[in-house]
Amino acid sequence: MMDIMVVGVGGQGTLLTSRIIGKTALNAGYDVKLSEVHGMAQRGGSVVTYVRFGDKVYEPTVEEGKADVLIAFEKLEAKRYAHYLKKDGIIIVNESEIAPMSVVIGQAQYPENIVEELRKTHTVYSIDGDGIAKSLGNSKVVNSVVLGLGAKHIGFSEQEWLEVLKQTVPPKTVEVNELAFKNGYERG
Amino acid sequence: MEKKIMLGNEAIARGAYEAGVKVSSAYPGTPSTEISEFVALYDEVYAEWAPNEKVALEVAIGASLGGARSMACMKHVGLNVASDPLYTLSYTGVGGGLVVVVADDPGIASSQNEQDTRMVARSAHVPVLEPSDSQEAKDFMKFAYEVSEKYDTPVILRTTTKLSHSQSVVTTDGRTEVEDKAYERNISKYVMMPVNAIGRHKVVEKRDNLLAEEGCAFPVNRVEWGDKKVGFITAGVAYQYVKEVMPEASVLKLGIVNPLPKKLIEDFIKEVDEVWVVEELEPVIEEQICSWGYAVKGKEMFTRQGEYSANLLKRVLFKKDDQVFEKESAPARPPILCPGCPHRSVFSVLSKLKMHAAGDIGCYTLGAVAPLGVMDTCICMGASISTLHGIEKAKGREYLKNWVAVIGDSTFLHTGINSLINMVYNKATGTVIILDNRTTGMTGHQEHAGTGKTLKQDTTYAVDFTSLCKSVGVKRVFEINAFDVKELEKTIKESAEVDELTVIIAKAPCALLKGQKFPDKMVVSDKCVRCGACLKPGCPAITKGGDGKIRIDGTMCNGCGLCANYCKVGAIVKVGK
Repeated sequence: MMDIMVVGVGGQGTLLTSRIIGKTALNAGYDVKLSEVHGMAQRGGSVVTYVRFGDKVYEPTVEEGKADVLIAFEKLEAKRYAHYLKKDGIIIVNESEIAPMSVVIGQAQYPENIVEELRKTHTVYSIDGDGIAKSLGNSKVVNSVVLGLGAKHIGFSEQEWLEVLKQTVPPKTVEVNELAFKNGYERG
Repeated sequence: MEKKIMLGNEAIARGAYEAGVKVSSAYPGTPSTEISEFVALYDEVYAEWAPNEKVALEVAIGASLGGARSMACMKHVGLNVASDPLYTLSYTGVGGGLVVVVADDPGIASSQNEQDTRMVARSAHVPVLEPSDSQEAKDFMKFAYEVSEKYDTPVILRTTTKLSHSQSVVTTDGRTEVEDKAYERNISKYVMMPVNAIGRHKVVEKRDNLLAEEGCAFPVNRVEWGDKKVGFITAGVAYQYVKEVMPEASVLKLGIVNPLPKKLIEDFIKEVDEVWVVEELEPVIEEQICSWGYAVKGKEMFTRQGEYSANLLKRVLFKKDDQVFEKESAPARPPILCPGCPHRSVFSVLSKLKMHAAGDIGCYTLGAVAPLGVMDTCICMGASISTLHGIEKAKGREYLKNWVAVIGDSTFLHTGINSLINMVYNKATGTVIILDNRTTGMTGHQEHAGTGKTLKQDTTYAVDFTSLCKSVGVKRVFEINAFDVKELEKTIKESAEVDELTVIIAKAPCALLKGQKFPDKMVVSDKCVRCGACLKPGCPAITKGGDGKIRIDGTMCNGCGLCANYCKVGAIVKVGK
């Protein structure tokens, strides 16, 4: 059984990423369940999606103490959900920082050194997804960069991943998404 | 036959398609919305958005009487709106099969309460099927039509957020075309005046008893024998948690949860030493079994509130869960209005004028929280207008001077219009602001009667809000660009002083609505004195760094310019992207 969480801020594309993971696992012959968040929670809020695959999956969500891999598109969200990891679970984190409203209006502080702190208790792989995406000429392919890094640690071959990625992203962006994925994958 | 991962709601739509459904009507509502969006993709199914759930169910009734298989879809609170036709539909029965898909929201992910549809169904004497994954969602949907036609009854397919919004593997089949039933005029069955209704009530009771008996053999129920020390009775997604935690236990998984298959349950109880009922929300199954004289356990261990989980069960059953690491403290990130949201503009004016707002259901409910904090109430769809009216009647005209009602365009057409008619009729003087963002925003941009497009994206007449309000007798109607804060402020102030009902239509498309171009963005020049006034409307694109410097995120900003109105030194300027 493999339990994966994809977390981020509403609008960052966690949903699409978890669907790519799910489809790749299905193609490899596993039973798969995904769980998503829709409605009010999506509006710029903290968003979490779950992917579970194995011989037989019952519950559609990943629970505290169960996650093998936590993919976070934003640092604060990695911190928020780190307690979902199992003892030897790993964190894939995009070094992006999005201030929640409480921080914007000065009621709270954005925590410092999140990645360094998480490294004290977890295995963390961090990546400058936004920077890499920008260097590839499309700031929207952050997800593919981060997923690429995560994919290396989840398993399956690069080819199996790319096959699903190509079918899932908008047709016009296939090439750049592929580049983005490979970039992340090679860093894994 | 094809095997694919499907969202629970997509599987429900697929089930309707395969069952030969011809007509579907619905009003959007999380977590039910995607059912209609998926069913609309099938050419063989006529699918529409109705202005509210009552209309949707009545459309389905008409289609059913016309002999076709039909469905109406809604969220749990939508069933309240549709309960008037539902209770009597239970008496009349159906022509072609009719299924009402109702999505409950345990945990309140995106709702105003956590009510349990099974309670409504019991009261209305309508059978309920409850699937536990996407495959069952599709299969149960098809079976629901068989039950509906065989027992001459509407059937509720109950889903919950976790099922509707999770994906699992489904094997699809083809569509079975079902021939329409011939229409027969039958007054004693379909005209529910007292003499006929008295007769039909007897039919309802008989049907309930028959279903309780024959439901025992329905293929949607399943007994999984294992360790017989404890037997679990469960249904829906709760089944998955039981299996996750106790894969070796004996389980009676109910597919029909109303009326309960009594003998099946009794036979199961006799085989095991102890029975635990695991059901989210209300103890509907537990209390009925207890009333038959069996001592089963349920809510004394498991809560009535929120969603269940494997860890929740583990804490009750084993006094420990799987959590290894402590939860770290992190500033909360609740949902917020998007950058460029027209609601923020209107709320910023109301906030400046220190107004109270009787509110309604939609993205704009977020106007209640910091930093805008202008909304005082949110009860149900359409309630803003009638609540405002009630406040005036209780406290008088003077008291109402710093009050308005705010309601979205889709919500206004849902049930707000009735309340506006009431205000005109009963001589109200309040101010109603229709936040017209040209879509049903919160649920993910669904069309409505005011957008000019149908669910299937055909062009149609768009209700004109100004004409509509004028035609019911509102004399003061103003249509104002939602970003024209000066005009809004002036009109709101004037309206507070006038002893006459006013409707202000604050119009600007939702910032996330597709097909829009945002060529500009706002930037902070070096005139900035770092006073932080621009942070007041709470736009997530603007932040103040640890160094005190104000920054506007150029990717998030769509150049609405609201922040520039707050800048006293003219430091925020619009530039091309």
